[in-house]
Amino acid sequence: MAITAFDFEKPIIELENQLLEREKQEPRDEEAIRALREELERKQREIFENLTPWQRVLLARHMDRPHSMDFVQGLMTDFVEVHGDRGFADDKAVVTGFARFRGERLCVICQQKGRDTKENLMRNWGMMHPEGYRKAMRVMRLADKFGMPIVVFIDTPGAFPGIGAEERGQAEAIARNIRDMFTLQVPIVCIVIGEGASGGALGVGVGDRILMLENSWYCVISPEGCAAILWKDRGMAERAAEQLKLTAKDLIALEVVDEIIPEPLGGAHRDPQTTFKNVGVALAKNLEMLQALPVNELLEQRYLKFRAMGKFVELQQDEATSSQSE
Amino acid sequence: MAWFKKEKYTTLKPPVMKDRIPEGLWTKCENCFNLVLTKDFEENLKVCKKCNHHHRLTARERIAMLADEGTFQEMFSNVQPTDPLGFVDSKPYSERLKAAQKASGHDEAVVVGKAEIDGIPVGLGVMVFEFVGGSMGSVVGERITRLIEYCTEYSLPLVIVSASGGARMQEGILSLMQMAKTSGALSRLAEKKVPFISVLTNPTTAGVMASYASLGDVIIAEPDALIGFAGPRVIQQTINQILPKGFQKSEFVLEHGFLDKVVHRKDLKKTIALFLHYFTGQKPRSWSDEEVTEASENRVSA
Ligand SMILES: [Zn+2]
Repeated sequence: MAITAFDFEKPIIELENQLLEREKQEPRDEEAIRALREELERKQREIFENLTPWQRVLLARHMDRPHSMDFVQGLMTDFVEVHGDRGFADDKAVVTGFARFRGERLCVICQQKGRDTKENLMRNWGMMHPEGYRKAMRVMRLADKFGMPIVVFIDTPGAFPGIGAEERGQAEAIARNIRDMFTLQVPIVCIVIGEGASGGALGVGVGDRILMLENSWYCVISPEGCAAILWKDRGMAERAAEQLKLTAKDLIALEVVDEIIPEPLGGAHRDPQTTFKNVGVALAKNLEMLQALPVNELLEQRYLKFRAMGKFVELQQDEATSSQSE
Repeated sequence: MAWFKKEKYTTLKPPVMKDRIPEGLWTKCENCFNLVLTKDFEENLKVCKKCNHHHRLTARERIAMLADEGTFQEMFSNVQPTDPLGFVDSKPYSERLKAAQKASGHDEAVVVGKAEIDGIPVGLGVMVFEFVGGSMGSVVGERITRLIEYCTEYSLPLVIVSASGGARMQEGILSLMQMAKTSGALSRLAEKKVPFISVLTNPTTAGVMASYASLGDVIIAEPDALIGFAGPRVIQQTINQILPKGFQKSEFVLEHGFLDKVVHRKDLKKTIALFLHYFTGQKPRSWSDEEVTEASENRVSA
């Protein structure tokens, strides 16, 4: 399998190539092969345990990384897709439908990137239009109506910024989804599997549990967008990625994300099967937990979860008054 | 620190416009560059009589314009900003906050409180564009959410005047989540059937437009305001096309069905009062008994 490598992966690729050469040599030098394997694993650990935020952003965008529908295919059965927002069009940047997971019915919402240029043109690189958000809400309402938990796979570089998107109310579509997801009376699990950029992600991102794959990112803006605005230079994206605190670990610390789903060594694309397995385990556990809750408690907890987000200083009233009289 | 110096309730007494206007007898319109007498400019609520350009009002001016004299009581000003990420770009965020406080005369990008609009009690939020572009961070989200929850508890109609470039980048994911927090609170306000009137002023875009600003039972905008999700520059760069004339302006957004009305500033207060009447049944104070029987266009122009 041809795998694209990043600069920081170069030492790993080099060792892998050496290993391949060694394995082909006759007679086989088992000792040397074992030593190389150990060296390779040591190197991988060293690199992947010390990834910078920017390196994780790159991994999250890796062209071989499993996409949303890969998780549906890898984890679920009997998937049936449903199309269209009943108002304007069928936005192919989001795939919606129903599937069975460990014998249970589920509604799945997949922000979907393409694998090649042709598919990316069709999927609009995973950037949804207003009709995509409206399609997602239509299907989530079906889940609400027929009592199916909702699983959202988040993977988008952002909501599409274009003329048609503005004409058809991109902001309104996202705002309405965010508000109305608070009222859906079924469990919602959101899993950030790659990129979680801004309102484009949050527009399908209000859940009872928010999980993130280890090398995914989730932020108010892409590092490039932030760099362009604050540094007036998209080349400062690496610096912006560090400042923005966008990794899964950061989001746990900021009390936005509930759980990190581990990726195999080298990233999700190196071993998709293990990645699916890890996601499956986390999904099953969280669904079971949420399904045990009565509906009113589920909705109250969802409200309080987001209600608690944000960091500020709260002055005591007498402090405010005494500083006034200074 | 100066920005701590805040009472829980601040009563604003109009007219406060005078001391906010640059000194001088004449004011130049930002749009048509015509000189108008500063006195006339102020009396016309900073709208140019020649070209109808609506110049930006400060939050204090906006409150003085909308709230009945002496009725505004600021709330939740004890919620103050911090620097959750330790964010540094050209300068540390903590310094940026202090500079913004000094430059704007406000402690954050929104002022919220209780007020009366033509005798009808409301919860009123007014965004401060001069404070880091009116961006929504944790404090804006928290103050707005507390206001919404207060309105939900006391069945008090809600009016929010937005002016914002979007979410506050320097607070990262936390600023994004304020969109969820405020919108979640609005779902509960709606459940209780308490009205929410969203007023959009120049500019209202991105994270604020993609949350509470878009969720009014009615949405009213001032003329020629920039309203949208993505900024025009980002769109232009993405699609590599010249944008149509008037794109993302109030009139364009009205044409596409995402606004109820575009209203001249001089009619804004009475338009809000009229909607408050229809949504709550309460009568604006300025309507005398005789006037009530008259057709409403006598008071509010289309
Ligand atoms: Zn003018």
